Amino acid sequence: MITVQNINKSYGQVQALKSLSFNVEEGQLYGLIGPDGAGKTTLFRILTTLLLADSGEATLDGLDVKKDYKKIRKMVGYMPERFSLYMDLTVEENLNFFATVFQTTVEENYHLIHDIYQMLEPFKKRKAGDLSGGMKQKLALSCALIHKPRVLLLDEPTTGVDPVSRKEFWEMLKKLQQGGLTTLVSTPFLDEAELCDEVALVQNGQILKVDTPQNIALAFPHKLWQIKSKSNYKTLKILKEFNQKISAFAFGNVVHLATDLEVNEMMIESYLKNKGVEQIQIQAIQAGIEDVFMDLMQ
Amino acid sequence: MRKILIIVQKEFKQIFRNKMMRPILFIMPVMQLVVLSYSADFTVTNINIYIEDHDHSSMSQSLTQKIAMSEYFNLIQVGNSYEEAYEMVEKNRVDVILTIPENFSKNMHSGRVTEISIFADAINGTKAGISLNYLQNIIAKFSLEEIEKTGIQMQIPGIETNKRDWYNPDLNYKFFMVPGILVLLVTIIALFLSGMNIVREKEIGTIEQLNVTPIRKYQFIVGKLLPFLIIGMVEFTIGLIIALFWFQVPFEGNFFLIYGFTILYLILILGMGMFISTITSSQQQALFLAWFFMVIFILMSGLFTPIESMPIWAQKFTLFNPIRYYVEVIRLVMLKGSGISNILMHVSVVAGSAILINILAMISYKKTA
Repeated sequence: MITVQNINKSYGQVQALKSLSFNVEEGQLYGLIGPDGAGKTTLFRILTTLLLADSGEATLDGLDVKKDYKKIRKMVGYMPERFSLYMDLTVEENLNFFATVFQTTVEENYHLIHDIYQMLEPFKKRKAGDLSGGMKQKLALSCALIHKPRVLLLDEPTTGVDPVSRKEFWEMLKKLQQGGLTTLVSTPFLDEAELCDEVALVQNGQILKVDTPQNIALAFPHKLWQIKSKSNYKTLKILKEFNQKISAFAFGNVVHLATDLEVNEMMIESYLKNKGVEQIQIQAIQAGIEDVFMDLMQ
Repeated sequence: MRKILIIVQKEFKQIFRNKMMRPILFIMPVMQLVVLSYSADFTVTNINIYIEDHDHSSMSQSLTQKIAMSEYFNLIQVGNSYEEAYEMVEKNRVDVILTIPENFSKNMHSGRVTEISIFADAINGTKAGISLNYLQNIIAKFSLEEIEKTGIQMQIPGIETNKRDWYNPDLNYKFFMVPGILVLLVTIIALFLSGMNIVREKEIGTIEQLNVTPIRKYQFIVGKLLPFLIIGMVEFTIGLIIALFWFQVPFEGNFFLIYGFTILYLILILGMGMFISTITSSQQQALFLAWFFMVIFILMSGLFTPIESMPIWAQKFTLFNPIRYYVEVIRLVMLKGSGISNILMHVSVVAGSAILINILAMISYKKTA
């Protein structure tokens, strides 16, 4: 449904995208995971025909982003990273405006947004600028869906949104996917990555890895330990000095330590005890996508 | 068509929902028109004069009285010291010094030529020139009267000039200025509304969403232009009503002609605004650019200084100034009653530039970076 092949894009000296390639199958919920500045927004702007790539090719449903830009603009639903609806128009007016611009009506496609819009209904006379962050995103999603797009492109839709709204938002995306909609979504949140069918880990304009979230986690090449102790910060500092460590980073109120495969629990415990760490609890765990990402980023 | 209409509708909603916008659009221009029309008076009055009288005769006193009684001059002091007078000029208390020499009346009575000196503070050249003119008139009149009184025969043949001011017989400066100021108001509103508009969508990011829609460039530009055209026409109508009924400016020409030309002119100015808006990336940039053109266009429009008194290069430059054409047309049609045949040149220039600038705006509005 979406193909990206060897896309390059530079802004002056900075190379934002370096020969980026990936494919999204029809009906997939595809995640682009990466930190700020990885090139995600640049890629979205190329796919939505707002920006021309220096080289490489990209198609949406067989339509070339360069040649068929007019057709693409009719069939793509886009939610930019920054809230881009009219703050001084009401919820209803925004929706109506975008429906009309796409030569359709809210009534005609209401079934597409029914679930989402239901939550907005009580505020339909309110100005978009007066909505909460989560509500704004729901409105933006409604506006992106109102013309029945075949592909949905969402650039960091949950940044700046509270955890509950984030969860709701992803439930909506899952529902839309069940309706057969192809969705490409970018996010800096690694927990959201696990909700995608397939993810591409992006950094510095390059793709580090592409796979299902499960396979990515399984392919973790090291042994992973979760270590709990009295002082998380102190433990982390001490573990960074550990000879057999691959990486160590804080993960909530515990430390995740990746080590060589021959390391065992006893070795870590005695090392920590020697350094004077108290109340140590060590557990071998399965790697999550975040561990893989941290490992790849090194 | 529906797409254009929904943009028009959106623009109107946005303009009128902005609480500051209503007074800006409808109260500010009215105030400007009234205040500026009363203040932009080119007649010079209240000229402070010092009379340095070395003659102390009844004749010199009678001349002094004549000047003091004139509506243009304020007699500050009569004295006989040039130093004192000069000091007062330095202190900005006196604009003009008139020196009546000794033997002034003696010479007059004996029919000899006598000289009076006038010194004017020429920091403000226009004012100095006009003061000298007034003073010369008073003195000339005075000398004629004196000559008649004394019965001295002077052998100077004279040409008497008869003058009549057509189209504005009372030389009412308001008839001249009010239509011109109306032009300014309409121009300012139109240029700034349109100049700030698209760039605002860029600033708040809505353009990003809009550019991914199938809106065509011309639909976008027309949809943006129409609401401002309507506002501009309403603005013009309000101003015209004030000009006709408050300032009693005569209207000799054809209403349809002036409205037709105003529409054409507004399309040109709005196109300019759109163009500014498409080439800038922040409202600040757009504001400075709009002001830059505005100041040049206003000062070189012939509204405040006649174009004929500008150097040749500047006169040529005014041919590119849309305000100049509109000022001329509105004065010609309102005061002189000119018909379409008299303003064909103006119509064709403004129509041509309107088409050109709007095409430019459409080209420079890019949906792709």
